Amino acid sequence: MIRARGLEKRYGDKRVLRGVSFDVRPDGFLVVTGPNGSGKTTLLRLCAGLAVPSAGELDVELERGRIGYLGHEPLVYRELTALENLDLYGRLYRVAERRERIGMLLERFGLWEARHDRADSYSRGMLQRLALCRALLHEPTLLLLDEPYSGLDTEGASLLDRELAERRGQSAFVVATHEPERIVVHASSTLALA
Amino acid sequence: MTYLGDVAALARKDLLLELRARDTLPAMLLFVLSTLVVFHFVLPGDSSELAATGLLWVAIVFTALLGLSRAFAAEREQGVIDGLVLAPSDRSAIWLGKSLSVLAFLALAELVALPAFALFYAPVDGPMVAGVVLADLGIAAVGTLLAAVAAASRARELLLPLIFLPLAIPIIVGGVGASVTEDPARYVGFLALYDALFAVICWASFEYVVTE
Repeated sequence: MIRARGLEKRYGDKRVLRGVSFDVRPDGFLVVTGPNGSGKTTLLRLCAGLAVPSAGELDVELERGRIGYLGHEPLVYRELTALENLDLYGRLYRVAERRERIGMLLERFGLWEARHDRADSYSRGMLQRLALCRALLHEPTLLLLDEPYSGLDTEGASLLDRELAERRGQSAFVVATHEPERIVVHASSTLALA
Repeated sequence: MTYLGDVAALARKDLLLELRARDTLPAMLLFVLSTLVVFHFVLPGDSSELAATGLLWVAIVFTALLGLSRAFAAEREQGVIDGLVLAPSDRSAIWLGKSLSVLAFLALAELVALPAFALFYAPVDGPMVAGVVLADLGIAAVGTLLAAVAAASRARELLLPLIFLPLAIPIIVGGVGASVTEDPARYVGFLALYDALFAVICWASFEYVVTE
């Protein structure tokens, strides 16, 4: 599903990634580790098509509508409610039975009661849950998750654990984290960036 | 229909955001009104209608600039542009949806500006209204593309006027011509041609603006 060879990314004179190679199969689970500034986020942005490599080869055999991306920002409008945000993404991603799917995800991630609240009234953890709902809304074939446990409380982290366990094998995963202990159980391969 | 559905959803979202945040339209309304009031007191009493019409167009262009500077504020500040770009919909739908919301804000600003102009300066006639409507279309099309370009830059507040105003010169020429000359049809036609040409260019090039 993803094949990267000698991947390199520069921003001006600064080289963020150098000589990164990996493969992710359709049922693969790649855990990307490394300290801050090692290029984990850049790698995920490259895989999502949000950035282009400066050198090397990167083949992502997937239409962009099949990718679910969770970045550092929740990618939701703060002035809109959770329901309005997910409805907008549901329309753009052509989600079948959109309302049912949105309702199911909000319920699953414990946001149903707060569905009519504006996202700017959400806590950091609630925003991360909403971002997960957004990333999972269209049942992506490839999930790119950047520090998915960031901001989540114990309950939220357990919900994510359950979601990852359920989706394991149905989707391919690339998960960037500097705390791999929690998800290494799912991993089919790991990539350590320096 | 799917494309138009995407455009409608994106434009509706922008109108909803403005309804909630109210940080663009009130500023535009206040700016255009206060500009016309200030000019009313600054212009000498025996100033020509021609000079007053010129000032109307200055007010319109700078009011539009004010709106355009906020056009991608939500996407920029909250990083949502990545979410929109990743969606499978045609990326030009983002431009078209945003252009429609910019057009709506401009139209509302001018619903205030034109009666104020008629009150303070000179009557508003059909060719002037036609000129304003066509100018709005051009400003929304070109301005939205350039606002997206500027939004990706650190010096966005500086960059937007620098790249927008040169491209707005034909709009001002056409608009002023439609408002004051004996042969407004020529200028209205010029504005229509400008709108059509730049709408196609902006529609086709937006994808390259929002992707690396």
